[in-house]
Amino acid sequence: MTRLFQPVLRHGLLGLTRLLVGARASWEGSAPADVPRIYFANHTSHLDTLAVMAALPSELRARTHPVAALDYWGGSALRRAVAAGCLNALLVDRTGKATAEVMDAMAAVLESGQSLILFPEGTRGDGTVAPFKSGLYHLARRVPSAELVPVFIENLHRVMPKGMPLLVPLICTMRFGAPLPPVEGEDKAAFLERARGALVSLSRSKSHSDSQPTGQRTAQ
Amino acid sequence: MNSSMNSLITTVTDSVTTALATTKPLFLWLSGATLGLLVVATLIGAVLAHRVRTPAGHDTVRNLNARIRSWWVMVALFAAAMLLGSVVTLVLFALLSYLALREFITLTPTRRGDHAGLFLSFFVVVPLQYWLVGIGWYGLFSIFIPVYVFMALPSLSVLGADTTDFLTRTAKAQWGVMLAVYCTSHAPALLWLDIPGYELPGALLLLYLMTVAQLSDVFQYVFGKLWGRTRLSPGISPSKTVEGLVGGGLTAVAIGTGLHVITPFTPLQAAGMSLVIVTAGFFGGFVLSAMKRDLGVKDWGTMIEGHGGVLDRLDSVVFSAPLFFHLTRYWFT
Repeated sequence: MTRLFQPVLRHGLLGLTRLLVGARASWEGSAPADVPRIYFANHTSHLDTLAVMAALPSELRARTHPVAALDYWGGSALRRAVAAGCLNALLVDRTGKATAEVMDAMAAVLESGQSLILFPEGTRGDGTVAPFKSGLYHLARRVPSAELVPVFIENLHRVMPKGMPLLVPLICTMRFGAPLPPVEGEDKAAFLERARGALVSLSRSKSHSDSQPTGQRTAQ
Repeated sequence: MNSSMNSLITTVTDSVTTALATTKPLFLWLSGATLGLLVVATLIGAVLAHRVRTPAGHDTVRNLNARIRSWWVMVALFAAAMLLGSVVTLVLFALLSYLALREFITLTPTRRGDHAGLFLSFFVVVPLQYWLVGIGWYGLFSIFIPVYVFMALPSLSVLGADTTDFLTRTAKAQWGVMLAVYCTSHAPALLWLDIPGYELPGALLLLYLMTVAQLSDVFQYVFGKLWGRTRLSPGISPSKTVEGLVGGGLTAVAIGTGLHVITPFTPLQAAGMSLVIVTAGFFGGFVLSAMKRDLGVKDWGTMIEGHGGVLDRLDSVVFSAPLFFHLTRYWFT
């Protein structure tokens, strides 16, 4: 029953996401490839995970696991079914109680040749990119072979601003940037700032939207 | 009882047969012409792709071929909707309105206070407007957005107590709904016009509007590429030329005049109607281009390969649909 139900639910959810927010992929510096990758993105709304998954080509989507917060996605049976069953999500405890287990689980996915989607800000932003939490640094050190690909999610904070129960459909673009090159002997703070900088510079990318409303203008 | 039932069935069968007999050859003829045009365009595109040498030429031909490919899809979709009936056509146009509104609002700065009004615009105004069209309530669908939604949008925004850019934000939301929903909904509304003495299905009037408006765009593009010398307004729409406008516009009027057989119009009336569609279509495209320049973008979206967004393809229909609808309604019903 669930075996039959999950693909239907998955296609329904991805289709609905595209109908609402477009979820267009714009590869600006990297190309879709089946290599272990850590896609790290800015966190704008509850739709982020679905939007990035919908933007990925289907053959990569099957081998990509979004890392999702257990306290939200594990909150009800339905959310858990959507997260784990439909989106291959890796549910993690972000309270800090089980850091070692979380790291082991994430490293295992990358070592098996598959990819992860991470939101290193930890919390939802308002269109600007907040400082990163350190998980990305530790994971990158533990699995140095994984490519670190920044993904800037454009416009999605306008679709569902924090604290707004209603949703306004807008076209959102996922900008996939160039993988972060490894730097020898870089410390944690410098690495996190460089990774964040890669996302911020993607947000200023010139492709077509230099006049698009900026985060600041639309935030509050 | 039985005999009256039988006579009813005979009457219905007779009228269906008559309708089929009168529409079918026309429909086949039109589908054949459209198909022929697309095949010729595809062949020309393929030949050009082999013959161009310059990089600029390559770009032009690639864009031309992308446009032709998209035309195949658009024609197939439109034909399927028309064959499946008026409700499917209505749903297709409602979806186009939704997508066009999404493109418009994406490029328009919005603030937190606009959220409720925009939510209603997408999920209440769009379905309600098309429902009103579908039940044929002309008195309400023609004023619902210009009167009720016009006042509801700023009323909802003002509750957000945010005066920054208030007039600009309100005006942009109102324009978005007027263009993408109100104006566009007049195209499928043609299916509900009851024209005395006009036996053909109303879908043919919609087909007439779409054919003249879209062919006008296509021929303006073709004439402009081939013979365009004098730029009309480089600051707004660099590709528009006087030669393209006159040549393409007149060709579309000529085709529109020839197509009078599928309308309730005489050839002279059809020429006048086509001229209205072409002129309104030109200004629709021109006005929407000026808006794009104002917003600093080239296209409204990226959904249709080679054409940009839905609104880029609908811009000429947006202005001509309400005019064509009202002129036809006023003089022919």
